[in-house]
Amino acid sequence: MTLNLRVKSSEFIDETNRISFKFDGKTYYGFKGDTLASALIANNVHLVGRSFKYHRPRGIMTSGSEEPNAIVQVNPNSNITEPNARATEIEIYEGLEASSQNCWPSVNFDIGGINNFLAPLFPAGFYYKTFMWPKSFWEKYEFFIRHSAGLGKSPNTRDPDIYDHRNIHCDVLVVGAGISGILAAKNAAKNNFKTLLLDEKNELGGSTIFEANEDNKINHNSASEWLKKEINELKNIENLEIKTRTSVAAYHQYNYLLARENLTDHLVKKDKKNKIRQRLLKIRAKKVILATGALERPLIFNNNDRPGIMLSSAIKKYSNFYGVACGTKNIFFTNNDSAYESALSLHNKGIKVEAIIDIRENSDTKIIKKINDAGIKIYWAHTIVDTRGYKRLSGVSIMKLSNDGTSVTGNKISISCDCLGIAGGWTPAVHLYTQSGSKLTFDEERKIFFPKTDTKEQISVGSCGGDFELDEIITNLNYKLKNFLNINKTDFEGISLENDHETSKRNIWLLPSDKTIGKTKPFVDYQNDATAKDIKLALREGFRSIEHVKRYTTTGMGTDQGKLGNMHALGIIADTAGVKMGELGTTTFRPPYTPLTFGTIVGRNVGEFFDTFRRTPMNDWHIKNKAEFENVGQWKRSWYYPKEDETMHQAVQRESKAARQSAGILDASTLGKIDIQGSDASEFLNRVYTNAWSKLAIGKCRYGLMLNEDGMVYDDGVTTRLGENHYIMTTTTGGAANVLGKLEDYLQTEWPELDVYLTSVTDHFATASLCGPNSKKILNKIIPDLDLSDDNFPHMSFKEVLIDKIKCRIMRISFTGELSYEINAPASYGEAIWQKCIEAGKEFNITPYGTETMHLLRAEKGFIIVGQDTDGTMTPIDLQMDWIVSKKKYDFIGKRSLYRSDTMKEDRKQLVGLLTEDPNIVLEEGAQIVSELNQKPVEMLGHVTSSYFSPNLNKSIALAVVKDGKNMMGRKLFVPMENKNISVTVANTVFYDEKNERLNA
Amino acid sequence: MFLINCPYCGERDQQEFKAGGEAHIERPKQPTELSDDEWAEYLFMRKNIKGVQFERWNHAHGCRKWFNMARDTSNDEIKAIYKMGEKPPTQ
Repeated sequence: MTLNLRVKSSEFIDETNRISFKFDGKTYYGFKGDTLASALIANNVHLVGRSFKYHRPRGIMTSGSEEPNAIVQVNPNSNITEPNARATEIEIYEGLEASSQNCWPSVNFDIGGINNFLAPLFPAGFYYKTFMWPKSFWEKYEFFIRHSAGLGKSPNTRDPDIYDHRNIHCDVLVVGAGISGILAAKNAAKNNFKTLLLDEKNELGGSTIFEANEDNKINHNSASEWLKKEINELKNIENLEIKTRTSVAAYHQYNYLLARENLTDHLVKKDKKNKIRQRLLKIRAKKVILATGALERPLIFNNNDRPGIMLSSAIKKYSNFYGVACGTKNIFFTNNDSAYESALSLHNKGIKVEAIIDIRENSDTKIIKKINDAGIKIYWAHTIVDTRGYKRLSGVSIMKLSNDGTSVTGNKISISCDCLGIAGGWTPAVHLYTQSGSKLTFDEERKIFFPKTDTKEQISVGSCGGDFELDEIITNLNYKLKNFLNINKTDFEGISLENDHETSKRNIWLLPSDKTIGKTKPFVDYQNDATAKDIKLALREGFRSIEHVKRYTTTGMGTDQGKLGNMHALGIIADTAGVKMGELGTTTFRPPYTPLTFGTIVGRNVGEFFDTFRRTPMNDWHIKNKAEFENVGQWKRSWYYPKEDETMHQAVQRESKAARQSAGILDASTLGKIDIQGSDASEFLNRVYTNAWSKLAIGKCRYGLMLNEDGMVYDDGVTTRLGENHYIMTTTTGGAANVLGKLEDYLQTEWPELDVYLTSVTDHFATASLCGPNSKKILNKIIPDLDLSDDNFPHMSFKEVLIDKIKCRIMRISFTGELSYEINAPASYGEAIWQKCIEAGKEFNITPYGTETMHLLRAEKGFIIVGQDTDGTMTPIDLQMDWIVSKKKYDFIGKRSLYRSDTMKEDRKQLVGLLTEDPNIVLEEGAQIVSELNQKPVEMLGHVTSSYFSPNLNKSIALAVVKDGKNMMGRKLFVPMENKNISVTVANTVFYDEKNERLNA
Repeated sequence: MFLINCPYCGERDQQEFKAGGEAHIERPKQPTELSDDEWAEYLFMRKNIKGVQFERWNHAHGCRKWFNMARDTSNDEIKAIYKMGEKPPTQ
């Protein structure tokens, strides 16, 4: 069927610029300026989708972002397709492709449509009620449900588009560029406020610009013409930035707003290329003026969802703005005067209006007279009781309303039509207002929730503020603006205003039918297929809270967040439960106002920019030498260095042997380093570590364990005394920032009297850790002048030396149990020093090793890794590290907690070693440990924290935390796995060189 | 997203800050003298009230200084910001 429904050229549409596009595989034509929705309607296509639950045919309902039905898949045949786009917001361009969603095999013939006939089987809460039994069947049900539910399909490759973020600071932010927003922005900017004006549409002027209402006059011109002149003047105003196609998604505290600026979606493919597609604006405004307008309400009556049933205001916009007739035989159904304006617009363009059905008894405003003069039949106090037509509306049946509005009387009148405009009044778009944390007030007479109170930082103007008529809007705007901006005069003060005033009102949330409610389908939420019947059922089943009814019936839970039907849902609940709407309140409006793509949210933080990462000064060497890397915090650390086709296991076994038999070298630059200075530095360390620090001699190193105030191990590391009042502390790689933060916290808030200064120097030093029996020989080659004898340079001591004129700090400390030296060089010389060690170590087959080997070697020695063998529930006593807890010190962080009844319990989980009965089986880290195999339920005694195959011991070793582990030495336990039970024996945590002889080997 | 007036740096976005829990809980000077219950009171018990709450904040990605804030938890209004060691505002 090709029927041209272009009625009259429109100034907003460029008819010289014809555009072809595809919808559901078929090619159509539209003009530059059309949305996908207006272009489809011009081609007489109303059926664009199927509903979510019943798969009922659905058509375009609105002309804006509140659209519940016309949700389409853009570029459906591409792997970067985008689901859930609103046809009413997509500006067409040459080559645009889109398709319907939620239908199979096609929108015209949808198998799921059978659900419509099975509707009695699908009441509210259907899924909750039906698929709960038998419980074990859920997985089978879920498979079926997942396949038949869901809107659209997601793209399956990486998004190739570019997205961006921008921070904006402004004095005044105006959201919405209708008449109120334009006047507000103009006056703010003229008064030297740096102003930003945003609108989600591509044009300015809101609904005033196309209203073509001769009765709305400003300064004796039509309001539309007057506003056009105002818009023209905007470009000459300094201090004013205007962004169209920009939708404010969220309004957070302290006037922080997020908006999506759409930059290329409306462009043809070649013009999109290499451009930023969408930009997330992060706006911090001193003042915010909300001018977001109002959304027209539908009316809730039986079968109110057929394609061809649209909002009255949308029909007006399609005809006046896009020059498109939504039907050839139109009917309007209303409870207020605005439908009459739409009807008159159509009539003046030569589009046939069959009748207007009004639930009110009467009204006598000018517009009614004009409709009468036009010869359009008005049915007062009537309601639609049913509609006809499956894939397109073909007619309606109407009946007279009873006086109380709860039933219908008299004869049924049938009227045929192909388009029905419904007008249920207006709802202020208060979404952003409530997101900002402000509270709404209910106006019982006008049946609206509106922002009654303004603040110094925020006002709502125009219809979002509850002002609907022109004189009301302009007069209140003038008053509010002067107060808000603290200005004496606006430039529109005193203009002459003429407009009609609505006199008659009648509101019925759920319109009656001649059928009982059980036999009707009055849709409240079109997108989620929730009917008034479902809401009533929820109330009968005992739901009272509006938030509960919402979730049970899914009303307002679609991607449109119930922009159309939420008020009716509230009204029906209030009426049915017999409570006042003001007391019932609303559901929470959550960001985003309209959906955002993930790309916009993420911006540039994709791929290698996903997170910052840190590399050590020796990184290039590691890459050249084929290291595999692992992420530790933000660091990229060498994990292991595979040779040729070695597996990880083979590489780690080789590295581990080399480090114990001859020499290994590890890049330890990532360890946190905190420089501590001040006359109270020793006292400070005494308070933060569990052991005593006062007697540590200058030039000596000591291992320290740091607790939380609750007594649990927090961090560990070696601290070296460099001078009388000067220490350098090392922390774990991942804990560095937190440790510094914690120490600063105590210094600033608990012990401000201490003279101590902390500086993070992690990035200032590169650390090469030489390890193994030959490490002394290697170091001697590098620094021949240094006396490396145990007397001069014993274990746990430090020397400051020059290596090729580079000042380095060398600590003789060990995390492997082997003789080891940590060479700390200024970061910029890190790679040179590393190279030097490698060169000097060649004759000893020096082997670079990574974090995995380091972990294995320390596990052989039973050294803990904080965060792997501890999890915030382990005290030093639990770790069998009693030796490090000073009994003499009066206080240190966490000390008191070690004497709490709970931390002193004998049978806490304690760190022990585990040996497998079969030395070749390596336990899985995280595996649970039990003592009984046949007990049900079986008691979990603990879990494996570290587990490796030790090449130096030629057997599997593990560390584990086990309840009462200290008392279980030699006990046989089990590690049950999916298909076998592994027998283990509790052992000492030190597996290798128990007497520490190798440290001085 | 709050706008926080750091007493050392001025107004900055919330993302530069770290919240540090309830303010004005002094670490006991003599922990060993306390009973388990008294110590637990210091260690674990925190208020979570609807209304004005005194909190510690740290300008973690700025000057690293700790300070106090009086915040109304019902609407996130920051009533006052004052330095460590200063008394909370009476109103």
